[in-house]
Parts: sequence; C-alpha cells; structure tokens
Amino acid sequence: MAERIVELCNISKLFGRICALSGISLGIETGEVVGLIGDNGAGKSTLIKILAGVVQPTSGEILVRGGPVTGWNAARSRNAGIETVFQDRALAMQQSVVRNIFMGRELAGRFGWLKLGREMREAERLMQEIGFTSKLLSPRSIVGQLSGGERQGVAIARAIYNEAELIILDEPTAALSLIETDKVFRFVRQVKASGRSVLFIGHNIHHVYDVADRFIVLDRGQVALEASRADLPSAEALITLMEELARPPRGLVPSFAHAEQSQ
Amino acid sequence: MSELVRPEASATRQTGAAIGRAIRGFVEANRAPLGALAVFGVMMAVFLAANPRVFSEWNIYRSVLTTLPVALFLVVPLVFVVTVGEIDLSFPATMGFAAWIFAVVVHAGFSPYLGALAAIFTGMFLGLVVGSVVVYFNLSSLVATLGMNFVLRGVIQIANEGMPIALTSLRESSLRTVFASPVLGVPAQSLWALAFVIFAALLFNRHRFGVQVKIVGDNPDSARQMGIDVNWVRVKTFIFVGLGAALAGIVSTLINFTWWPTAGEGYFLPVLASVFVGGTPTWGGVGTVVGGAIGALTVSFIQTGVIGAGLSGFYVQFFDGVIIILSLIGHRWNQARYR
Repeated sequence: MAERIVELCNISKLFGRICALSGISLGIETGEVVGLIGDNGAGKSTLIKILAGVVQPTSGEILVRGGPVTGWNAARSRNAGIETVFQDRALAMQQSVVRNIFMGRELAGRFGWLKLGREMREAERLMQEIGFTSKLLSPRSIVGQLSGGERQGVAIARAIYNEAELIILDEPTAALSLIETDKVFRFVRQVKASGRSVLFIGHNIHHVYDVADRFIVLDRGQVALEASRADLPSAEALITLMEELARPPRGLVPSFAHAEQSQ
Repeated sequence: MSELVRPEASATRQTGAAIGRAIRGFVEANRAPLGALAVFGVMMAVFLAANPRVFSEWNIYRSVLTTLPVALFLVVPLVFVVTVGEIDLSFPATMGFAAWIFAVVVHAGFSPYLGALAAIFTGMFLGLVVGSVVVYFNLSSLVATLGMNFVLRGVIQIANEGMPIALTSLRESSLRTVFASPVLGVPAQSLWALAFVIFAALLFNRHRFGVQVKIVGDNPDSARQMGIDVNWVRVKTFIFVGLGAALAGIVSTLINFTWWPTAGEGYFLPVLASVFVGGTPTWGGVGTVVGGAIGALTVSFIQTGVIGAGLSGFYVQFFDGVIIILSLIGHRWNQARYR
C-alpha cells in the first residue's frame, strides 16, 4: 500500500451550533488524484481549510505520514508538504508576482534580509513552467493588473514552488475560460506524473471525473460515498449515484407531516 | 564602412532603450515618493521666488535640520503601521514617556548611554503593550491608541505634576557630542536620522519584516492562509513605533537639556500629516518610507517658509492645510488602487 501523506480521523467541526463536518475520516495516498465533490454547504471548503491548517477542527485527529500532529496551523501544513490553491486564490492584489509566489516563505538569508535576486530568478523559472508567455508579464508585475487566468497561474506557481507532496485545488476551474481550464487539467496530470498527489475540489462533476483516480462525495458534513474510478465507467454513472444520494429516503416527508399533526 | 558603423549604432540604440526601460521601471516603482518630492520641489520654488535672499542662506536650512530629525524618527515607523493597516496615535505619549525615563536615569547621575538604553527599552515595551492591546483584543487602533495616548500622558502628569526635569549635565556629555552637536555645520542628529531613514527603507523593501507588513496590510486573510503570523507582524510594527518614539524623545531631550511633561505633544498632527503627504495611502498594503521622510521635510519647511516669505505667523496653519490637501489630491491621481 502506498504511503498516506495525510489522514483525517473522525474529524468534526462545529460553527456555534451548526455542524459543518461530523465524523469525517479520509486519507490521501502518494501519487493519487482524489476528487472531492459535494453540493454547496456539504462541507468541502471547511474540510480543505482544516487540511490547510486555516480552520481548527472541533474534534478528531490529523495524521501526517502516519504520525499524529499537534498545534496544526497553516505554517505547519505547508511545512508538511501540503500546498493549497484556495478558491479566492489568496493573493495580495497590490503586491508583485514575485512577492505573491514567496508569500509566507520569503527566501531570506541571515537576519531576515531577502535574497531578491534568487527570488526573481526562481519566479521567472516558475512563470515559464506554468506557461506565462506574455512579454508584458514579469515577476515585478502587480497581481491586481493580471487577468483571472494569470492570477490562477500565480497561485499555482506558489503551490508548486516548494515541491509540495500534496496540492489541494479548491474549485480551480471556476470562472476560467476553456483554454485556461485545459491548462489546469494539464497541470494536474503533470503533478500526478511526478509522483505527487492532488486533492481536486469541483462543482462540475465532468471536470472532476476527467482528472481523478478516486472520488469522495460529501453530503451534509459526512462522507456519503467513496468510489474509485474503476467502479465507475463514466461521469454519468457518478452523477446517477449522486442523484440517488440526494433523493430523500422514502416516507420521510409524510411521516414529518404526520408528526406535526399528532402534536 | 557602413558595415562597421551599423552594429555600433544599434548597440547604442539598444543601450538607449535599456536605459529608457530602466528609468520607466524606476518611475513606475517609485511613483509615490517621486510625487512627494515634486510637491516639495514646487513648494520650495515658490518660497525661493517669494524671498530669494532668505532662502539662499544656510541658516534657514540649519534651523530646519535641528528639529526635523525628531519628526523623522516618528514618521518612518508610522509608515509601517499605516501600511500594515493600522494607525498609532499613542506615539506622542510614548515619546514623552521614553524621554522621561531617559531624564530620570540621567538626573539620578547614571551615564546618559544607560539612560538612552533604558529609554529605548521603555519605548519598545510600550509599543508591545499598545500593539498587543489593539491586536489581541481586536480593537479599532484609531480609538484604542488614542486612549493609550491619554493613559500614558496621564501617568506622566500624575507622576511629575507638571514639573520639568532640567539636565544641565547633558551639555558636557559625549552622548550629546555624538548625537546632537553640529558636524561641519550640519546638526549630527540629522545625519543619524538620515541613517535611520535608509535603514528603515531597506527594512521595508528588502527584509522579510517589511514585505510581510505589506502583505498583511494588503490581504490579512491570504497572509494567514499562507502561514504568516498576522497578529505578530502587526504587533511588531507597534514595537517599531515605540523604538522610533524613544529615539525621537532622546534626541529632543539632548537638544533642549530639559525634559518637559508635554514632550512629544507638538509632533502629533505634523507627523501624522507627513505620513500621508509623503504618499502612503490610508488603505494599507502599500507605503513609502522615503516618501514619508520627504513628507516630513515638506511639513517642516511650511512654517519656516511662510515666515521667511514675509507672511505673518497667522498664515502657517492655512498653508499647512493647503499643502496637505493638494498632496492628497496629487497622490490620488498618481496612484491606482488594486483590489
């Protein structure tokens, strides 16, 4: 069995009295692409924020490479080799491309003075790798002046800089053109080919089906379904499964009405 | 013949284009401080035209260079606080408080160097307290630091009952010789302040602290998601203000040989204005240390300039206001905001 990079054991998250996640257990292995699907409010965002260390779970345990972690936070998550491309991309709009790529991991020497030259060279290399070809773009360009696809590119460049072992992509194709979406897919395949893992969150089941080896469906804060690609011949099969899940159990609605009447 | 000339000509053209690109890049990256410098230049040109004789003498510049350094020690760290998205209005009392500790230590007969060290420690500690109150209690820094200003000044007033401390022994001290006596006609404190501005500009642009200040001021949520300790970065900017306020307090006491319980109060509004006249916007994420220093220079020269130009002192506040408003309009036009 491949090594599990990260594992969530019985994770729950309460926001006040609202239960966002209840008893989630899942793991991500080296070199696999996991598709996380679920409706709005299913708990996808909370789940990835817990993995990214931005949100603390109310209960449950997080294991990194088999060992339990304490004091889990965003910095520890990144040090553990988990990089997240958030849905809002988490960029600082008034700063340059290079500052965004090295956000939180500035290349500094002794006493914290920056190695600006090295940062510029690394940023240029990453931008070429991502496929920035425009001559108008340089590591000094201000992110607020870039297009949506280019901003996504900056967020992805930041995620791949540190040779992360797990890259979490939260709705990476939302609000992107077809060509840009295609670039994201190509990127996911590249990451997989290099032996690293991806957790791909998406609304569009066709998109998720195209790239993932394994699917996890979240529904109202619980894992409703786990299936590997081998079990599902097509995206339609996955959609059919999900529709069955979404259908309320027979008899639930009338019995509710009955309960109200009897009161 | 032409074969020989052509590559040379194209090489010249290429270097010309490269120089042009470099200049454009420099202007693009430094719009705010260049704008502040333009305001200063225009203002000085007007003063010079109004009274060429007074403004071509060194005396008027030396008098500005005597007190400007005190303002510079305050303006520069404030640029960091404003860029991180907060404001610190407690700096006048912090300056008075740190200077008080300096005066007490010197008055008790200890070395002025020990006094300076104690004052710096006090200033940074007060910055830590003010910053922690604002950041960890999640208060509005505008109101909370105003409150801290009153609290600290109140403590000074209660302890001293309005009495100043005279420090005649400072006149002969080597601390004064090094930090506050003229060097070739230039007040030493202005050279130290210049060094402080250069150090802070490097800290702002080439140090992890400075770039994290900008990122936190730009988008604190993103900074947190990328593992930056947002609150600690904010507190550190307040500690830096405490350091600057202590240095300002020491220098101003060295100039006057006397500590007054009101020390620092006079710098409140001019220093605040200087930050924004210098081109640091109010919304956080971007700022300019060099611009702030130029802003302080501009604000310091208004009073001298108005009197020097032959107008009565009653015109000073009016021109203060005019320069502030014109600068803000200029910077608004000069800088775009990206979000």
